[in-house]
Amino acid sequence: MSEGGITEDGIPAFARGTRLQHDRVRDQWIVQAPERAFIADVIAAEILQRVDGVASLRGIIDGLAAAFEAPREVIARDVMTMVRDLTGRQVLVWKG
Amino acid sequence: MERVTVPPPMSLLAELTHRCPLQCPYCSNPLVLDPRVGELSTVEWCRVLDEAADLGVLQVHFSGGEPMARKDLPELVGHAVRRGLYTNLITSGVLMDEAALVRLAEAGLDHVQLSFQDVEVVSAERIGGMKGAQAKKIAAARLIVADGMPLTLNFVIHRLNVERIPAMFALAEELGARRVEIAHTQYYGWGLKNRATLLPTRAQLEQSERDVAAARARFGTWMAIDFVTPDYYADEPKPCMGGWGRRFLNVAPSGRVLPCHAAETIPGVVFPTVREETLAGIWNDSALFGMFRGTDWMPEPCRSCHRKEEDWGGCRCQALALTGRADAADPVCQRSPDRAVVDAALREVDDTGGNLAYRRVSGIK
Repeated sequence: MSEGGITEDGIPAFARGTRLQHDRVRDQWIVQAPERAFIADVIAAEILQRVDGVASLRGIIDGLAAAFEAPREVIARDVMTMVRDLTGRQVLVWKG
Repeated sequence: MERVTVPPPMSLLAELTHRCPLQCPYCSNPLVLDPRVGELSTVEWCRVLDEAADLGVLQVHFSGGEPMARKDLPELVGHAVRRGLYTNLITSGVLMDEAALVRLAEAGLDHVQLSFQDVEVVSAERIGGMKGAQAKKIAAARLIVADGMPLTLNFVIHRLNVERIPAMFALAEELGARRVEIAHTQYYGWGLKNRATLLPTRAQLEQSERDVAAARARFGTWMAIDFVTPDYYADEPKPCMGGWGRRFLNVAPSGRVLPCHAAETIPGVVFPTVREETLAGIWNDSALFGMFRGTDWMPEPCRSCHRKEEDWGGCRCQALALTGRADAADPVCQRSPDRAVVDAALREVDDTGGNLAYRRVSGIK
């Protein structure tokens, strides 16, 4: 799926060779990827912990909106921005 | 003296061996290579990996020489994976076959960086000094892509191959690699020895920049592209290793621990080894790692420079190689009193096709 074609029906998964990992020495979440590791801030870590290759983006957004009692459209906008960025960086791939 | 807390390292370059079937004349290994007999054992490497993970290292890059020359590579990858380290294999690919790749994939290897010397076979095998290498590398790339493991193609760029950058991207696309490194040669050690033959002209450098920009426009996010320029043509130095002793550790085959792979050229300092000290002790307390850490060591013009915490004074090994003083400003810098030595090297770029001093034990004079 192209970067621009991401919809809430899509199911995100970590590309092979990438993963979310807790860095216990620095007590932070990081995304591990080929030749780079970048810090996942608190929001990114909440989103990425729900990426399991099964849940749709819609389900992930619903879950976050419920957990944080926040307006769904605000959550959806943040999630969409982040998953587009990570798709462009070859971290996330899509099914469905 | 006030004790400053040192942030932990991010990355470990594990140079498992200096043995290699290739003899590239810009190899990052030192001019004096470690012999096989002194290499760390499997048990010693496992301890280094344990200590690295405990210290805060996130990624381990298994390199060499040719790391696949070590029979225990899958075992070391598996050990690193169990400690939560991200595992990257930096290889020439000439020892790769299906059985070897299966063992590495089963051990949990995350990523492979595969080097190519050129796209044109005769040139590639002249640079690498090994007949038949190109076909083995192509076969290795196909195996890795078929397995689904992410693959980076690495091309070291110099005057003998700089004109073929567009064909390098085409090869990466054809093989299915999603990352490409176009890395101009850095001139230390073997590269410095061969600088007159390898350093491109300014026109070639500018063409390489246009070629990379065109590839970025064509591939978009499909291909991740890393581009490293030769700093001789820059006005400001690079932040070598992200700063001395700030992010990066290198363990040489015999266990010496270095802030960068060229650091052994620096005189008058003891090189700590994992055979005698822990990685944490070396990182936090050794004289070597403290030597150029931060900004206190800096001479002018660095000390009063607004860029001192961006480039950290540039490259210590380059300062040593070109000025004779490891604590001088990197002479690439336009503010360095030694910039003339870099400009002189640029004027001496010869176009004769040149002779290469191949990276081999007998090549040392």
